[in-house]
Amino acid sequence: MSQMIKVGMADLKICKAPDAVTTLGLGSCVGVAIRDPQTKIGGLAHVMLPDSTLIQNNSNIPKFADTGTKELVRLLVEAGANKSRLVAKIAGGAQMFQFQNSNDLTSVGERNVQSVKKVLGELKIPILAQDTGLNYGRTVEFFPETGDYVIKSVGKPQKTI
Amino acid sequence: MARIDLNNMDSIYFDVLSEIGNIGAGNATTALATLLNTKVDMRVPKVALMEFSEIGQEMGGEETIMAGIYQVIEGDIKGSIMFLLEENTAKLLVSKLMGMEEPTEGEFTEMEVSALKEIGNIITGSYLSSLSTLTNLFINASVPAISVDMCEAILSVPAIEFGELGDKMLLIKTEFTDDVKLEGYFVLVPDLDSYDKILSSIGM
Repeated sequence: MSQMIKVGMADLKICKAPDAVTTLGLGSCVGVAIRDPQTKIGGLAHVMLPDSTLIQNNSNIPKFADTGTKELVRLLVEAGANKSRLVAKIAGGAQMFQFQNSNDLTSVGERNVQSVKKVLGELKIPILAQDTGLNYGRTVEFFPETGDYVIKSVGKPQKTI
Repeated sequence: MARIDLNNMDSIYFDVLSEIGNIGAGNATTALATLLNTKVDMRVPKVALMEFSEIGQEMGGEETIMAGIYQVIEGDIKGSIMFLLEENTAKLLVSKLMGMEEPTEGEFTEMEVSALKEIGNIITGSYLSSLSTLTNLFINASVPAISVDMCEAILSVPAIEFGELGDKMLLIKTEFTDDVKLEGYFVLVPDLDSYDKILSSIGM
């Protein structure tokens, strides 16, 4: 029997196929899904904030795009994944509220996405697909068996990237 | 230097914040009764400082569809406030406000979204005005923005704001009773200095 492992907000989990990982209702947070296609070991991080170095109280590793993504990779390698084979897919980073006269230069969702991309770039992990931005929430399921990243939103058809 | 650490908040501070929650929610109930022109009762609100991961569960599941009305707070206190209602409750309130016989089905129309923003504005306004009276601080709220989506996704916005301060979020759950039970939630996110200002202003 395969299991669906739940990842909370500011949390990360890894698993091995046929098990899968899910996180419910990503808003401005980003769901970083990484797997090794050969060993079929994969994981999902639900990161909230772009940069741990800008925050004083930064001991919660999975909360930040930079530390969370690195920790996910570390755990995958520890579990037997090969770092050079790792590939990523990302989703989330929405702007949930639109203000008419917003003077926010970039939304935190967008900054989260940028930060995840930067860290993945530094780690030389290619991003195969992404479904980010816009203004709605996403529930995601990641299957390390196939690499399918299933995205469900309210009032929209389900999609797989 | 801020005196408050959200992860290690002692019980006196927490009691004060709870009490502010109670008074604010009480005023919000009165406002709601005036708005709907009916009698509205309120249960004692439940105030909790919760882990991010627990909040979705508390609201009946991460994927529960809710309407969130979000306003930025400016003035002596800075931060944000959000009022959340379960989708059906929001539909019901809107139908009452607009004098409709029955709540509508499906997505919110533009008119209903405006009505809902106004409900949110009045409820959070009365909440903030009680906070302002109690603390003698000037508090101003922005024009509301609204989102109808999974509650976890909506809550990610205040959670991220709290996330810059700690790993917990202050949630005030209010149950209004009219002909039917209405549940609403407030999420108040003052920045750390504002916590200090609130507490200093009431002599703590």
